[in-house]
Amino acid sequence: MDRIIQYIESYLGSDKTPGAAGNMFWALVYIMLVFAGLSVAVIAMNWLERKILAHMQVRLGPMRVGPHGLLQPIADAIKLLLKEDIMPSEADGFVFWMAPLIVVLAAFTVFIVVPFGPTHAVTDMNIGILFMLGVSSLSVLGIVMAGWASNSHYPLIGALRSSAQMVSYEIAMGLAVVSAILMTSLNAEGTGTLSMIGIVQAQQAQGEWFIFKFFPLGLIAFFIFAVAMVAETNRAPFDLAEAESELTAGFHTEYSGFRWSLFFLAEYSAMIAVSSIAVTLWLGGWLRPFPNLLSGRIWDLAFSLVPGITFLFFAAICFYNTARMPKHPLFRVQTIGLAGFGAVLGLIGLVLFIPAVSLRVQDIFWFSSKVAGFMYMYIWYRGTFPRYRFDQLMQMGWKVLLPMGLGVLILTAGIALLQQTIWHP
Amino acid sequence: MAPVATPFFFYLLAGIMLIGGILVITRKNAVHSALALIVTLLAQASIYLMLYAPFVAGVQIILYAGGIMVLFLFVIMLVSIERSMKERQFNSQWVVGIIAATALGGLFIAVFTKGKNIFPDHVLSVVEDNNTQEVATLLYGQYMFAFEIASLLLLVAIIGAVVMAKKRI
Repeated sequence: MDRIIQYIESYLGSDKTPGAAGNMFWALVYIMLVFAGLSVAVIAMNWLERKILAHMQVRLGPMRVGPHGLLQPIADAIKLLLKEDIMPSEADGFVFWMAPLIVVLAAFTVFIVVPFGPTHAVTDMNIGILFMLGVSSLSVLGIVMAGWASNSHYPLIGALRSSAQMVSYEIAMGLAVVSAILMTSLNAEGTGTLSMIGIVQAQQAQGEWFIFKFFPLGLIAFFIFAVAMVAETNRAPFDLAEAESELTAGFHTEYSGFRWSLFFLAEYSAMIAVSSIAVTLWLGGWLRPFPNLLSGRIWDLAFSLVPGITFLFFAAICFYNTARMPKHPLFRVQTIGLAGFGAVLGLIGLVLFIPAVSLRVQDIFWFSSKVAGFMYMYIWYRGTFPRYRFDQLMQMGWKVLLPMGLGVLILTAGIALLQQTIWHP
Repeated sequence: MAPVATPFFFYLLAGIMLIGGILVITRKNAVHSALALIVTLLAQASIYLMLYAPFVAGVQIILYAGGIMVLFLFVIMLVSIERSMKERQFNSQWVVGIIAATALGGLFIAVFTKGKNIFPDHVLSVVEDNNTQEVATLLYGQYMFAFEIASLLLLVAIIGAVVMAKKRI
């Protein structure tokens, strides 16, 4: 028993990722945790998206299942699992079966290298960012296969649109990423890195997030990536692959039940994946905000309390709404449930105040809250922007973002060269 | 860390590659062939990874599996599959094919039996930790000229394709 505790403690105190330490067991534990966290995030995102969209359109959104519709995603999941799984009789069986698997695999595999903290990643690869871009670009294969195997017109058009769109925006995206990677090479040795953890550490060492680097070049590169990543994930306003008004549901029109829910899961985890690339490259990954302006021990302490306070704030919202629940006996179960949910959130908040815990997990908190900001932006775009026409989309990708990306890359390289040779010889 | 370059992985990946390659030329449905080709390319990327060349593996996945094969599929899907399925698959160059195959096979056997002196007698030092940086230093240092010539060739090919495809520019 002592040895087990010692083993766990030695790992919790380790300053390496499980991959770097070569520890298979902890790598598995991390994979499980990431998988569970992602599934919870997708469920939460499902509820939040419907709720936020509804409030943007002055509606209430889901209100029936659970207090304020909190259990709606679970009800949806059960419905999808119980639904009959239909395969069109003229469909290409094997390809039809493989397509959702490939999409889900591509969307989840990239999380191996996502750095939630200096030690909180499954592994750190020498080619981290390249791996993420490569594997996430495989998901377009799944989409194309789904559209073709359905043997139906709308899915095929949706798949063709989607592949054309993803291949074109990948170029602008790649140029933006390269200009951020160039910035990592501004150190004494003059060598950059592609490793996700290395990129964040470079921002830490330079004392500057890359979004503010060489103002406004970093900002423009970030903007290019932010537009391209919406197009890459086929989300509004670039959701032409699944434009309801024209193509019913695009490439997954013929899918139902569990297979459809796999596409849904993959779409949302791909959104989280590209958001984490943006956070890692430009927004300082797991680093807390205002590291220069508000530095010093007092501010460090204040920022280490933020995770706990956030959870306590959520708990307070739950308790406030518990008090506001209708007093009718039929609502008793819901009221108790909401109070229990609030209590759990409050307990997590209190645990996060323990200095040892907060030191270990606050990087995860900052990373996730930055990603959450992006997820809110996704919902915001969907609520406000009208859908682009396909030729406008292509024009945007090839005639606006691509030249902009090239220009930013050349300017960044030029300034970096000047800085390395003339200002700091 | 324990080495991943074990014979087991090599035979596994080589087997997957061979099966994929055979499927590419035997499937009647062009889309199935393309998918088998993707499997082959991915297995090849894994072999690069096994040989401690992660950068090449990443580029292989991005360029071939993610980029070129998507364009392949894009074109194949616009072709009517029903008609091409009924067409008889023909091959009128089997004499040349057999000659080429025996020549290549003979070369392989010759190298395998007599080629002890061709290969270096020790394993080269692997630079796994900064593989990308090493590739960059070589590519933009020692092989700068060849690299630039290759990119110029590609640029000419792109412009040529645009000129041929577009009647009026």
